[in-house]
Amino acid sequence: MDDESMMSLALFSGTDDKLQASAVLTVGAAAMGRKVNVFLQYWALDAFRADRVLKDHGVSPEAGDEGLRAMQDQGKPHWSELFRQAKELGEVRIYACADSLEMFGITRDDLDPMVDGVWGVASFFSEADGPVTFI
Amino acid sequence: MTTATEVTRSIDARGMPCPGPLMSLIGAIREGTVGDVIEILSTDEGSKTDIPAWLTKAKHELVEVVPEDGYARFVIRKVR
Repeated sequence: MDDESMMSLALFSGTDDKLQASAVLTVGAAAMGRKVNVFLQYWALDAFRADRVLKDHGVSPEAGDEGLRAMQDQGKPHWSELFRQAKELGEVRIYACADSLEMFGITRDDLDPMVDGVWGVASFFSEADGPVTFI
Repeated sequence: MTTATEVTRSIDARGMPCPGPLMSLIGAIREGTVGDVIEILSTDEGSKTDIPAWLTKAKHELVEVVPEDGYARFVIRKVR
């Protein structure tokens, strides 16, 4: 299952639909043997606060009521559960953006334990070898 | 239809959305021992491509895929 290729995601949006889709991508990449780097910025970071992970984070405007119902009816595991599964499956590292942490006035200790640590943006790029997907 | 291989574990993943069935299969492969034959039932369309793709990558054998009424039955052998 060794594969040198990796997937790097910069998560910006904190809505449940985008986090859900990001988690599915992460699980899939991990299952296929890719390393995954996840960098949490802005509202995505906010969603990873320990006391907010399971709260309602809303959905993107394009979802509308119908889209929201379709998503809820599908009955997928929560995105946080999918990220945990991905970490069990493969080499998945989730880092908080130092700058966004500072913006919110919070520390590493305020985040869900699935977050591995804090990175500056240069640290992210020292690890993220190749393209970065911004969600 | 009967198969020459005896199923040692059966997983009913019908109704689970992507990537649930694949996750269940990976879990069963990890828990199992070499030679195990795992059967998994899935209604998820993505499974039709995802399960074979993962098996190729993970180097386990896809014994057969049987289309059933509204779902597919995958038979997998753990080979390593």
